[in-house]
Amino acid sequence: MLILDTLLIGLSSGAIYALMALALVLVWRSTRVVNFAQAGQAILSTYIGYEVMNRTHSYWISIPFAIIAGGAIAAFIDAVIMRALAKRSHKGSVAEIAPVIATLGMLGLIRSLTGAIWGNEYLQYTSPVSGKGYLIGGHTIPFSPQNTVIVVGALLVMGVFAVIFKFTNLGLALRAASFQPEISRLAGIRVDRIRTIGWAFAGSAGAVAGALVTPTSYLSPNSLDLLLVSGFVAAVIGGLDSLIGAVLGGLILGVGFAFILQYIGTSVTFSAAFIILIVVLFVRPRGILGSKVGRRDA
Amino acid sequence: MSGLIVSDLSISHGAISAVKNLSFSVDQGQLAAIIGSNGAGKTTLLRALSGLIPVAGGGATWKGQTLLGRKAEDLVRAGIVHVSEGKSVIPELNVKENLALGGIWRKDKKDVAAATEEVFELFPRLRERIEQSADTLSGGERQMLAIGRALIARPELLLLDEPSLGLAPLIIDQIFTAINQLRHRLGLTVVLVEQNAMSALKIADIGIIINVGSLVTSGPSKELLADANLRAAYLGY
Amino acid sequence: MRKSKALSALTFLALGLALLGLSNFVDELRVYQGAQIGVYIIAISSIILLTGYSGQISLGHGALMAIGGYSAVLSFTYWHLPVLLAFTVGALSSALAGFILGMAAARLSGPYLAGTTLALAVGLPSLANQFHILGGEQGLSFDIGEAPKWIADKTVGEFTQYKWFFWITVLCTLVTMWFIKNLLQSRYGRTWKAVRGNPSAAALSGINVGRSKVLAFTVSSALAGLAGALLAMLLGLVAPMAFTLTLSFTIVTGAVLAGVTNLAGSIVGALVLVVIPELTDAVATHLGGSQKITANLPGLITSVLLILTVIFAPNGPQLHKRMRASKKESSNTIK
Repeated sequence: MLILDTLLIGLSSGAIYALMALALVLVWRSTRVVNFAQAGQAILSTYIGYEVMNRTHSYWISIPFAIIAGGAIAAFIDAVIMRALAKRSHKGSVAEIAPVIATLGMLGLIRSLTGAIWGNEYLQYTSPVSGKGYLIGGHTIPFSPQNTVIVVGALLVMGVFAVIFKFTNLGLALRAASFQPEISRLAGIRVDRIRTIGWAFAGSAGAVAGALVTPTSYLSPNSLDLLLVSGFVAAVIGGLDSLIGAVLGGLILGVGFAFILQYIGTSVTFSAAFIILIVVLFVRPRGILGSKVGRRDA
Repeated sequence: MSGLIVSDLSISHGAISAVKNLSFSVDQGQLAAIIGSNGAGKTTLLRALSGLIPVAGGGATWKGQTLLGRKAEDLVRAGIVHVSEGKSVIPELNVKENLALGGIWRKDKKDVAAATEEVFELFPRLRERIEQSADTLSGGERQMLAIGRALIARPELLLLDEPSLGLAPLIIDQIFTAINQLRHRLGLTVVLVEQNAMSALKIADIGIIINVGSLVTSGPSKELLADANLRAAYLGY
Repeated sequence: MRKSKALSALTFLALGLALLGLSNFVDELRVYQGAQIGVYIIAISSIILLTGYSGQISLGHGALMAIGGYSAVLSFTYWHLPVLLAFTVGALSSALAGFILGMAAARLSGPYLAGTTLALAVGLPSLANQFHILGGEQGLSFDIGEAPKWIADKTVGEFTQYKWFFWITVLCTLVTMWFIKNLLQSRYGRTWKAVRGNPSAAALSGINVGRSKVLAFTVSSALAGLAGALLAMLLGLVAPMAFTLTLSFTIVTGAVLAGVTNLAGSIVGALVLVVIPELTDAVATHLGGSQKITANLPGLITSVLLILTVIFAPNGPQLHKRMRASKKESSNTIK
């Protein structure tokens, strides 16, 4: 019973990690940058969802708004910041890390902005669905209706992505542009525009993660920072450039964490993230589904 | 009729000048072979003509309209299609998807289907491998796929970079025969960059020989093939 | 060569004395901020050394600072070491951690290294809750005591605690800068530059690229450890809250603003980090902004500065100018 409980918890948190990992992988594939601003983008979209909920008194109505906001914020960052960065194709020692630094700057900017608007205190973004575990045969399991919402929501996002990527022209262009931008341009694909759309998808996935997970805790300008780390670890487990890998990585990490929490203790969770990351990088540097490009020259 | 006109074109890689004051012209419907050894600036020239890299000076026009300062993807949509060096396919996608990519942006979906069918007739092997991922194809099949994808864009001007690179002689013949058929059937203008001078000049109307970024000579390919000095110095046999 | 070395030693000495003298004439708050600037200079230098000279990135230097801070406090409290020796222990512990991390880092490229160090920054401080000796969330207090009488007696006015902090920080900062300056001019410094410029060429010319990177990571970590120990002294404690992710980001920001390839820029970067909150505070108070805005304005401004710097002058203002100048020169010669 305990093992089943732990698995269920892991499934729910794993779904959230998977969404965050998806967001990171989508951006990584198209832009070759780990988007550290993703935590900020997700939190800003969640705050926007929070505002909508305050006005409409509906959690369900607020979610699409958060998703659209997440997409718009991400598209803005790519179209304005990342494009400006790429245009000034500078050489020199920091050229390689400039995009990473820019995303850090965006993270700082968005955090301060949300802090300035909504304050640094904890806010409640509540779901109408209960956060209390289901009662099964006199035993309360640690899996609540909100956890169901999380898992179903994450599955929906993944399903939509799968359909778009596999069966539509847009998906084909997205894949082509991220694998081989130059050949795609020579095939007539407007790669810049496609990349911005990819960012928007990533931003939306992050927004879903934020809107689904926040009701289980609280909302503050940095309440999703830990999720960023988990998402990154999940993405690395999955190979950093594989969408399916991101989903699997998220689930593996979620279940792994749940067992560590259950059997070792809560305080080690984030040291565990670090250790898992190091182990993956040393034992299987391209993750479970990563492409053959080595980590050293990626 | 004036097709491609390159005048006084210079291109540089940083401080190094890769193409210097190059001028030549290719009439519509002609097949021009650009011949030169490794590092002669052939690939650089094509990359500039297709909008992938900027030029340092000079001009290049197609049917009176400039090619310079335009984005590669916009030139494709205007009918100038570049098949880049090294079997320019996307290995992560399958044959069908690689071909589809060439026509995603086209409004006339009926014609995309028709063009795809023509490609399959030209290269029946591609139809056999339609669900196969492009990285499982042989070198020759990849080259067919790359040319096929270019054709789906319904090009007027086709820029081909080293289609024979790394292929077996028999396959090279097949590819070159196909190129020759194509341009007669579709009235294409083709600029073919090659190190394999013999095969290229045999099907070409004109030859343009460049060395270290500068024009050596140009003229009807039959005359070039007949010139013993040129043969010894640049055509490598 | 030896003469110029002596001269620069004298410059450092004079600078130190001038700073110490200055501490007698400004108020307590300024003295404390002066010490903060010193801590930031060391921390930023550690990033500049790592990123600017060795081409590696770390978003986890806050964690290395924590290791330095905790080790210094533990050795001070339990082994009763003199303060400066405790700081050395802090620096050495961080160096050891940095050595291990550097071994991993040398195998990882940009994004993986950034993510791994980020995970460290998030994960490490939570270890404080794991071991009783580290004092949990409350942390451990760190009181280095007052200045010895023989120093206090010889100066003008009252020798306050903050002034003592300032003196120690100035001493450490100058020694650090002196050390880095010489290190960069040594064989190792040249090796780093070669590796940063072109790793494969460096490897071909017989440089052990991996070893060079690990060494840079180790030295950089030692500096971060020292900065962490000094920070603990200024705060009077070590606690997870003192070494947050924000701290890691802040020093990277400082380094980028300083121009990551310019050691002297660390002073500018440190000044910016300390002055901006001061300025925004003044502005916000003047305009009567709410607490929300006052608290977040400094972060907002430094973030915007960071983004603008990385877009418009990614190699720092100085190098940017130099690169432009040399570009002009080379294009002139071609013509």
